[in-house]
Amino acid sequence: MTIEKKSRRKFLKDGLWGTCLTCLAVVAGAFAFKKRDDEKVWQLDPNKCVACGNCATYCVLEESAVKCVHAYAMCGYCDLCTGFFEPEPRELDTGAENQLCPTGAIKRSFIEDPYYEYTIDEPLCIGCGKCVEGCVAFGNGSLFLQVRHDRCLNCNECSIAAACPSQAFKRVSADEPYLIKKAGHT
Amino acid sequence: MLRFGHISICIFISIVLCGVVFGAERFPPPDFDESGHELPSTDYITNITPRHTIYNYLDVAVLVAALSLSSWFVLKKRSRRSVFILMVFSLVYFGFWRKGCICPIGAIQNFSLSIFDHNYALSVTAILFLILPLIFTLFFGRTFCAGVCPLGAIQDLVVLRPIKVPSWLESSLRLFAYIYLAAAILFAATGSAFIICRYDLFISFFRLSGHLNMLILGCCFLVIGMFVARPYCRFICPYGVILRQLSRLSKWKVTITPDDCIKCKLCEDSCPFGAITKPTVEWPQIGYTKSRKLLALLILLLPVLIFLGGFGGSSLNRSWSRMHATVRLAERIYLENQGLLSETTDASSAFRATGEPIEDLYDQASVIRKQFKFGGWLLGSFIGLVAGLKLIIPSIRRQRTDFQADSASCLACGRCFKYCPKEQVRLKSLSEKQEIADDDKI
Repeated sequence: MTIEKKSRRKFLKDGLWGTCLTCLAVVAGAFAFKKRDDEKVWQLDPNKCVACGNCATYCVLEESAVKCVHAYAMCGYCDLCTGFFEPEPRELDTGAENQLCPTGAIKRSFIEDPYYEYTIDEPLCIGCGKCVEGCVAFGNGSLFLQVRHDRCLNCNECSIAAACPSQAFKRVSADEPYLIKKAGHT
Repeated sequence: MLRFGHISICIFISIVLCGVVFGAERFPPPDFDESGHELPSTDYITNITPRHTIYNYLDVAVLVAALSLSSWFVLKKRSRRSVFILMVFSLVYFGFWRKGCICPIGAIQNFSLSIFDHNYALSVTAILFLILPLIFTLFFGRTFCAGVCPLGAIQDLVVLRPIKVPSWLESSLRLFAYIYLAAAILFAATGSAFIICRYDLFISFFRLSGHLNMLILGCCFLVIGMFVARPYCRFICPYGVILRQLSRLSKWKVTITPDDCIKCKLCEDSCPFGAITKPTVEWPQIGYTKSRKLLALLILLLPVLIFLGGFGGSSLNRSWSRMHATVRLAERIYLENQGLLSETTDASSAFRATGEPIEDLYDQASVIRKQFKFGGWLLGSFIGLVAGLKLIIPSIRRQRTDFQADSASCLACGRCFKYCPKEQVRLKSLSEKQEIADDDKI
């Protein structure tokens, strides 16, 4: 009696074991063949970005993986750059009290009258988006934020994405990991 | 005059807005005829590439190697020291080096999202990270927990003076892990949030930065973990509950003794996780009818619990659906439009700036809420089922004659091995053989 009982239990157990293994194999196989996809990475859509400043504070890294990029082809090279200067600057010079950037990461250099070029000193940029906000509001919107993939840890759930008010963060293919602003598009 | 001022402001604003909408550049880029200045390129950024895919496959290879080694150390070599070294390696590699991402626990969510969201396809690495430990568990038991999981490893290091948790308390607390698993699947499937990642207790240690609240909670768990060994693994880990059930079926199991159990009771208190089961005593004849009645009652209670759980889960859909950004936004916009809230948030003003119709947003939100209503039924009834089974299972008695490692709860850490006198004999005979071999060499 006991032997029979034991063997029945063993039979059921083995059956269940086989079923589980087959299920796992089928799931793995189905995914490997049908829904195979590239690795995904996080990126923010600059056209949806509202420059709220969450990128600087919500990233799990102490210094955010998001930094500013300048699309020079879109830039108006203004003397009064609203991405560089405080709303009402006392003077149009590189004095710290006139600058919008809290870390002074934007370099202003004279090109020709009346044009100035603005370049970003990336190690200083913290991704706060203050310059982006100014540039989008009153300028051409040539300054925008992007996730730097040498810094990004590619968390399973991006902390900035969870905090992004305009749902600008999305998973993009690792083969094309940047969403660069181009002239002629907003 | 005032009216003219208003009109001119309106015209100015509409010009600016048109500029924004049609993407016209307010200040046309100069062509620099005079100085011949060349525009710097923005393409440099595209050369900053993400981690190459090949490294993700390297992670998978390390996972397979670690799982194999862990299984070998526990089942064949029976060496706690080797498991410990492997565990520290895994903590360093998967924890501190890979910063805790990707991990099989979190991969549950990627899997559920990819089933329900057609736009999201799972990467090969994620599916392998999810499946491989499950397959290993089907063969060798929870060797993943023993030597591979970085979350387990960090807790295992702080086990100082473990106290015994009564089995009823252990079983009840474990219900939380089932709730966590169900909630994680629900939130991931609806695309709301990855709560396992968001509320990961130990990832702030791995990254050496993180939210203060999670850091404090993680510290609390490590302090608790000195006395209640591996609290996250036992009571919270959602992947652990899957591994539990699979390891019941595993082909090869961890045995305390390498030989026959001599019931010396030496191993009885050696397990910090309370996973060693004692031999059963004789069936109590007194109260037999009473316990049969109780069992019948509990079995009848099971459908009631399932229904109540489902009903409760579903009726909470409003609060649960707030985990989804769209629902939150829709509720906010609704309240603002009703005049109940005067201030706008970043999210609501960003939505208004897009100019999308509010009705669409409301529709999306109500669809998501319906998903939560249905998902709430499933989640609640699952929890009801688990709770009901937890009530029933103590009534089922099984005959055991030996001291055994309970295959579901055993984390395969190998602490109990050295307590077994038979194991000491085995080690001695091994070393004697070694000595003989050494003598032969000489």
